[in-house]
Amino acid sequence: MGNKQTIFTDEQLDAYQDCTFFTRKEILRLHGRYHELAPHLVPMDYTNDPDVKVPLALIVNMPELKENPFRNRIVESFSEDGQGNLSFNDFVDMFSVLSEMAPRELKAIYAFKIYDFNVDNYICKEDLEKTLNRLTKEELTPEEVVLVCEKAIEEADLDGDNKLSFADFENMISRAPDFLSTFHIRI
Amino acid sequence: MDAPDAVFVPDRRAPSSHLLLEQLPSYQSLLYRRKTSSSSRRRGSGRGRQPSINSGKWAEQKPVHSGEELKPVRELPKSMQEKQHEKQQRLQQGGALTGWGLWRLNVHRSLKRLKEDGMDVLSSLQLWRADIHLIEGMFGTGILSYFSFLRFLVLLNFIMFLLMFVFVMLPVIITSHSTHNITYSSSNGSECSVYLGSSRQGLVVFHEHITDLLSGTGFLEHTYLFYGYYKLEFIHSHFTYNLPLAYLLATITYLLLSLLWIVKRSAAGFKRKLIQDEDRFQSFCNKVFAGWDFCITNENAARLKRSSLLYELKMDLEEERIKRKMANRTRGEKCRIYALRAALNLFVMAVLVACFYCIYVATVFSQRKQAEDQKSNFLLELVVEYLPSIVITLANFITPLIFNLIISFEDYSPAFEIRFTLMRCVFMRLASIGVLLFSLWVQITSCAATDCPCGYNHQLYPCWETHVGQEMYKLVIFDFLIIAAVTIFVEFPRKIIVNYCDCGLAKWWGQQEFGIPQNVLEIVYGQTICWIGTFYCPLLPAINTVKYILVFYLKKVSLVTNCRPSTRPFRASSSHFFFLVVLLIGLALACVPVVVSIAEIRSSRACGPFVSYSTSWEVVPRVVSQLPTGLRSFLHALASEAFAVSFFVITCLGMFYVIALAGAHKRVIEQLRDQLVMEGRDKRFLIQKLCQAQQVVYARSPERRPLRGFRGHRNDAGLYLVELETQA
Repeated sequence: MGNKQTIFTDEQLDAYQDCTFFTRKEILRLHGRYHELAPHLVPMDYTNDPDVKVPLALIVNMPELKENPFRNRIVESFSEDGQGNLSFNDFVDMFSVLSEMAPRELKAIYAFKIYDFNVDNYICKEDLEKTLNRLTKEELTPEEVVLVCEKAIEEADLDGDNKLSFADFENMISRAPDFLSTFHIRI
Repeated sequence: MDAPDAVFVPDRRAPSSHLLLEQLPSYQSLLYRRKTSSSSRRRGSGRGRQPSINSGKWAEQKPVHSGEELKPVRELPKSMQEKQHEKQQRLQQGGALTGWGLWRLNVHRSLKRLKEDGMDVLSSLQLWRADIHLIEGMFGTGILSYFSFLRFLVLLNFIMFLLMFVFVMLPVIITSHSTHNITYSSSNGSECSVYLGSSRQGLVVFHEHITDLLSGTGFLEHTYLFYGYYKLEFIHSHFTYNLPLAYLLATITYLLLSLLWIVKRSAAGFKRKLIQDEDRFQSFCNKVFAGWDFCITNENAARLKRSSLLYELKMDLEEERIKRKMANRTRGEKCRIYALRAALNLFVMAVLVACFYCIYVATVFSQRKQAEDQKSNFLLELVVEYLPSIVITLANFITPLIFNLIISFEDYSPAFEIRFTLMRCVFMRLASIGVLLFSLWVQITSCAATDCPCGYNHQLYPCWETHVGQEMYKLVIFDFLIIAAVTIFVEFPRKIIVNYCDCGLAKWWGQQEFGIPQNVLEIVYGQTICWIGTFYCPLLPAINTVKYILVFYLKKVSLVTNCRPSTRPFRASSSHFFFLVVLLIGLALACVPVVVSIAEIRSSRACGPFVSYSTSWEVVPRVVSQLPTGLRSFLHALASEAFAVSFFVITCLGMFYVIALAGAHKRVIEQLRDQLVMEGRDKRFLIQKLCQAQQVVYARSPERRPLRGFRGHRNDAGLYLVELETQA
């Protein structure tokens, strides 16, 4: 096929196509965006798999993530070290999960990770309160926050332990009609 | 909490319950990236990340899950290296591929690539992709659904136009440019077949051309635009082309095609709506976890989304409060409220009847004035022509205001208020077209004498189908003019006033909100007129296509410059379904006049392809009687009562079966949910027991060093021991 690009080898592009929901063109475009974030750090030639990580501060300033109240959590959930420094693999993975074609189950897993602020495999009341405060920028009164969190846990908690495990969360998400259309970033 | 339940309380003194939970298979799928990536590097039996190493090793020991299907690699929740590793593993497990297997795999893969590239090209050809992407980024998915609905209607109208063009207009165009043997519709020379039309003779003043353009009379009347021009019956070339049959079948086809396309589009939304309509519907969870639209890139849009989410949450809390208040109502209050609601509903019906009567009177007046054909002022003439449209538009402007006022007295919950007002507005809009058509029908089929010799009033309406077509044409043109006028002369000045003027009026009026329901009703109204009018005015779908394209750009510019998103947010999922339901109601309403006029009303004898038939439908029995015997008896059998009854019975059986199936599924879902709850409690119960047993064992042998790096060993009690943290 037409254009010869020297950023990736063909095997690498094939592997990316198999492991993500993107086509070749989109992967090359993603690499362009990744390079733009830190032109001096990110090499144009990825054929020998360089170990380069872009720090959190640069990634959350991307236009797609800038206005998102959960941008820090999103980037942290996809990073290997948990601090938000993404390699290109993580970067592509992040946008692949958040793309239109990712299935609901996969998105639910990562959504659970994003909303679990204290990383204890449960969404407890504190996680919920943090989520709500980020969403509304603390414009609800504290009583209203408590009320909303209580009602949310009441609606979704199945096993009665007053926090949401992944089973509860997944069951709730499967019945949330907007989840697929809102949990998606276009790049 | 009583004594038996105390076991469910997590015991803070047992640190290992957490570690145990990590080992459960259900958590394997949730492993955090950093922990598994460190484990995949096969670190030694170090401390610190014990659970992860544990689980990592366990993951390696397990073969591919026997019970589950193999998911595609890209759907696994792992990091990129692990996915590639998994891919390699699967390839190896698949065994060494011979030349044939390898070739097949390569072909399969290149076909997949080809398909993906094809889809890529196809999606880039999608109409208005860039514009809609921009709107989505600025205003979110609610308003996006309006614009993609508009795009769907543009395509639908274009396909309808192609249908009518290919089967009805093209043969006529070809015959007028070449020499084919044509049979014109036979007219028996009676007074019914006299048709002069209203073409102007002599010197025509310029403004009369404008009137003609806007109302379809004069020079437009005897063109391809209207039904009356298609006076052919048969075209003889290599085969005989039956134009009346083609005309009728094209009409039925476009109605069926619209129905199928809309149902197909609404199937996905309908499935989701069924899931949503369960008892324990979760409105708060939805808003907290699926409320933020991740597509938003604009700062203003983000701020507005935040305030709309806030508003929604406050409304929900308010609804809870009102629900509690409603549950505490006394008998006396309930009676009072029901009486009030009955009275207000009667008032609403009275308003509707009054509006319908006004439309009827306006139509009758307009028809009579047109028939008198007095030469008067140009503008007065136009007003008389457009009087029904003006009255309909006025009624559709005033009644929503009345409904909004009334609903606040009826004391419903806020969500129900919105939906009920919307239903009333939909009914008003679509029924007004019905009333217009009914009044036209009354005019057409009533003669001065008691009985009409031709079946219709041939003196006033020698070609009544063209006349109906003209009325539909006027409705479409007027609708577009109103949309354009409101956008240009109301919304832009409003923005200027609100921005630059500081008076109280500006503050009260506020900036324009893009009200999605009203806009959707407007375009559904236009589409309903198009469906009704295409039989009488075959070029109407083309006009509608152009109209909707212009409306798209008008609305987009107005949205971007003047509007702020509505504080009453319209959720994307339910809204798309709502649009299609309203469109289906419009289609159902549009079918009724078309079917009645095809099957019941005597087609006019002076113009059009159905001159020699009593009704338009009669062409089908006549053609069927000329078919070969076998086919004819088959078609007769299809139309017989026996077939209809058995078809009806089978459809009923099918429907009962599906309903029973749905009920059974609901019961199964309830049972599974209860099982999930039970499983959760069982799990915690077992873990508590396990921890208690471990503590007993540990307490019994305090001199033993804590076990480290000790995995999977069975002790006498048959329990797996877990690594315990070294006690300092």
